[in-house]
Amino acid sequence: MTAFFVRRLLLTVPVLLGVTTLVFSLIHLVPGDPVQAMLGDSASPQDVAEMRGRLGLDRPLYVQYGSFLKGVTTANLGVSLRTNQPVTAAIAERVPATMELAAAAMAIAVLMAIPLGVIAAVNAGTTVDHAATTVALAGISVPGFWLGPLLAIVFSVVLGWLPVSGRGTLAHLVLPAITLGAPLAAVLARTTRASVIEELRELYVLAARARGASRERAVVRHAFRNSLIPIVTVLGLQFGAVLTGAVITETIFAWPGVGRLLIQSISFRDYPLVQGCILLIAVTYVAVNLLTDLVYGFLDPRIRYH
Amino acid sequence: MLKTGGAIVLLAAAAALFGPALTPFDPVSQELALRLAAPTLSHPFGLDELGRDILARVLAGARISFLVGVTVVSISASLGTVLGAAAGYFGGLLDDAIGRAIDILLAFPGLLLAIALVAVLGPSLVNVLFALTIIGWVGYARLVRGQVLRVRELEYVQAARAMGARAPHILWRHIIPAAMPAVVVQATLGMGGAIVGEAALSFLGLGVQPPSPSWGTMLNGGRAHLLDAPHLTIFPGLAIAALVLGLNFLGDGLRDATDPRRNT
Repeated sequence: MTAFFVRRLLLTVPVLLGVTTLVFSLIHLVPGDPVQAMLGDSASPQDVAEMRGRLGLDRPLYVQYGSFLKGVTTANLGVSLRTNQPVTAAIAERVPATMELAAAAMAIAVLMAIPLGVIAAVNAGTTVDHAATTVALAGISVPGFWLGPLLAIVFSVVLGWLPVSGRGTLAHLVLPAITLGAPLAAVLARTTRASVIEELRELYVLAARARGASRERAVVRHAFRNSLIPIVTVLGLQFGAVLTGAVITETIFAWPGVGRLLIQSISFRDYPLVQGCILLIAVTYVAVNLLTDLVYGFLDPRIRYH
Repeated sequence: MLKTGGAIVLLAAAAALFGPALTPFDPVSQELALRLAAPTLSHPFGLDELGRDILARVLAGARISFLVGVTVVSISASLGTVLGAAAGYFGGLLDDAIGRAIDILLAFPGLLLAIALVAVLGPSLVNVLFALTIIGWVGYARLVRGQVLRVRELEYVQAARAMGARAPHILWRHIIPAAMPAVVVQATLGMGGAIVGEAALSFLGLGVQPPSPSWGTMLNGGRAHLLDAPHLTIFPGLAIAALVLGLNFLGDGLRDATDPRRNT
């Protein structure tokens, strides 16, 4: 068990190093001179030279890389070009809003998906199953950047029930959380359906029925419990989609999280802040994937011996 | 599911191909006096914030979506298949190098890397195609590598090797064809992903730039008019959702049709 955990942790190190290197290289991918791109064509050569020095872009590449890696390990990613605020502080201010939105979206997804998936599985092959499967596939196909504005039109503009943007009350959270949670719910419902169907074919479910357990009890207490492992895994793996979806959802609903900060930084060509946001989202994703793998290894002993 | 998906995709492809013939209006010509006008018989989807016919723009947008979907999927699938097949067949250092590249690219969730790339390269259709291809090939490479590992030790491949066939011949004639059904399913679903990816980037202002009628750009334009002209949002979104639903139906149907467990 310990060996599995250590091996999995060690495998994450090169991935994190690769992610950091790619994020570091972003600024060097800017066509032409990145400093000129940030300051615009009207900037004087003195301003350009001053900014180049401020960002450390006048130093050799390996020195810049070393300095970036050191900055990552000490949570010092430079300062925002627009506000002069340290990048880590600017991001830290926005993290709670994104976490709140992500948690609410995942909760909504679980509450919607699991009953839908179980009902579809129990009624596999019937009209109920086809309807549930179609709803789930439609959920995957409707992009957040359309669902969000549609919900805003119906619930904010037409009905006037919910605020269209901002953060503060629980009412502000509803539309962004549904927008972000719906595609996740669709994926989760499909996984739940497939997983429960798989378990329902197992002999232990038949044995439970033979011992006199009701159909509901066989499904809920036996099949569903065992089908939770893939469901939990998919939930973990889908966290990445939630993080990317948050960039779009936060932009639609003016939700003051890391995703909106990223898009604002891009429009201001505030590259240190762009790098910081991208790095944070990618590292969070790697960490959640690692955690999912560890939990999976803990739940299913077969994984540890692979 | 297969038939419904195929019908939706064919309909959308026909709309993209014959779009200009279906409406008398030009997708970029403006009638400022009629800006934000609601749908009427002559303009069934209404007009946008610059008085352009939304139906004409949705039809023209279908061309951009198909262009993105087909280009991204063709390049990603070819690149991913070649790299995945080479990694799986030759193993060793090549496999390690491709494997690490895949691990690093997969460490960026979904569209994040595409957003990052377009952010630094600048918003344009070419950069969107590049960014979506960079994130797209990984899935195919991983899929094909897995298939190759499974197939390369099978007897017919060993027989070809024993008969003196060279590696490129074995890969091209015996191994890659075995991986093709899975690649076709992935490509169908991946096309939907690429179309949504382009629309998402354009919606964020990072993709196709106005006045080009990308569905994502149109949705971005509609954001400011949710209150007074919701039709700006409804129709382009409906087009994206319908086409992606069609591709998902088609992909799911193909997967079921090519899954040996479903046929036994």
